[in-house]
Amino acid sequence: MSILAAESPNPLIPVVGEIIIGTIAFLVLLFVVWKFVAPGFEKAFQARRAAIEGGIERAEAMQAEAEAALAQYRAQLAEARNEAAEIRDSARAEGQQIIEQLRTQAQEESARIVARGEEQLAASRQQVVAELRGQIGTLAVQLAGRVVGESLADDARRSGTVDRFLDELDEMAASNPAGNGGAQPSSGATTGSTVYVPEGNR
Amino acid sequence: MTSSAHALGDVLAVESDPGGGFTPPGVGEFFPETLFGFSVLGIQFDIDRIILALWLATAVILVFLVLAARKAEIVPGRLQFIGESGYSLVRDGIARDVVGPKGLPFAPFLASLFFFILANNALAIIPGIQISPMARFSFPLVLALICWVVYIAVGIKNQGLWPYFRDIMFLPGVPKAAYILVTPLELLQNFIVRPFTLAIRLFANLFAGHMLLVTFALGAVYLFQVGNFSVIFFPLSALMAIVMTFFELLIIFLQAYVFTMLMGTYLNGSVEAAH
Repeated sequence: MSILAAESPNPLIPVVGEIIIGTIAFLVLLFVVWKFVAPGFEKAFQARRAAIEGGIERAEAMQAEAEAALAQYRAQLAEARNEAAEIRDSARAEGQQIIEQLRTQAQEESARIVARGEEQLAASRQQVVAELRGQIGTLAVQLAGRVVGESLADDARRSGTVDRFLDELDEMAASNPAGNGGAQPSSGATTGSTVYVPEGNR
Repeated sequence: MTSSAHALGDVLAVESDPGGGFTPPGVGEFFPETLFGFSVLGIQFDIDRIILALWLATAVILVFLVLAARKAEIVPGRLQFIGESGYSLVRDGIARDVVGPKGLPFAPFLASLFFFILANNALAIIPGIQISPMARFSFPLVLALICWVVYIAVGIKNQGLWPYFRDIMFLPGVPKAAYILVTPLELLQNFIVRPFTLAIRLFANLFAGHMLLVTFALGAVYLFQVGNFSVIFFPLSALMAIVMTFFELLIIFLQAYVFTMLMGTYLNGSVEAAH
């Protein structure tokens, strides 16, 4: 064993001077920590907590704003859709109306055209009839004159024979119950008869 | 010259005295020679390298904490982060969670305790010093006595003088006959055993740790020096010295934390009405 170890005191007996030195050392550290270090750290913790909370609040506000914007956007979209549907409906109705109108117009037009055509036809017929009547009279008189051998023209014109004959023809046609011009009566032997005729007599 | 150097001298002296064998390091390890001494009011102050180490450790941890906390910001720098982590460990882990809801005001005290012990323990493995002031019984005792005063004072302040002692002496819910046994035990436990266990646990861990380190280190030197077949065991002893250094690192943190944690539980008993 070394001499020093042999001299050394019991390690479990504290030394008063050391106790005082240790106390002072610890109290100095305690004072500094209490006064400066702990408040510094606490301030940093506080600031950090505030920053985090502030950040959360900001984020929440932004989220609320975004949600409001989304709701507004959706409302606008729905409105626009409704409007579009309305416009489409009204356009369809209008189109229908226009078609209807055009159809009516076309029908009127065609009716008018048909009417005019009929009128013209009637007028032409009248004209033709009138012309034919004159020519037929003349031709008939000429023919009769040739048959008789003399000119009857003046005489006939004077007496109105031809006209009378033609009028009679007209009357005959009018008295025919079928009434459709003068073409009908030729089918039967007796004009205007509606009596049943047995097959054997035909 | 350090005490370890003396021990090393003893080991090396084996060569000149082959029959001496290995001289293990003794208690003298912890009592190096006095560098200077003075007397104030009849009290003798002998300053040796261990006390210088205590001052150094205290100064270093103080400067570190002040630098870390001086410009504490929301986004911490490296230094602030390390300081904050240690402070939060004590503040949240012990002051808030162990002492209780009323524990936060004790955070600076507990943090001082933790950092002071940690810094001084750390000297146990810092090259060139390699001995912790906490291996000198006076210093753990100082801390234990301060804790003792604090938790009793806090108990009296929070619960009142008589209720505090009454609750310790006469535990509620214990049969009256049992008080014969329980009351002396509780008094012993609260006012004598607690501070001594605090002090001795810390002291003994660091003391034993240093002894282990020195023994393996000197043993390695001896085995290398002794000049016979023992030299083959030299690497083993050297390796153990290194392994024990890492083990010491664990002890350094653990003992600082355990001391603070136990003080937290004592404060918890003082802050809240017992049981």
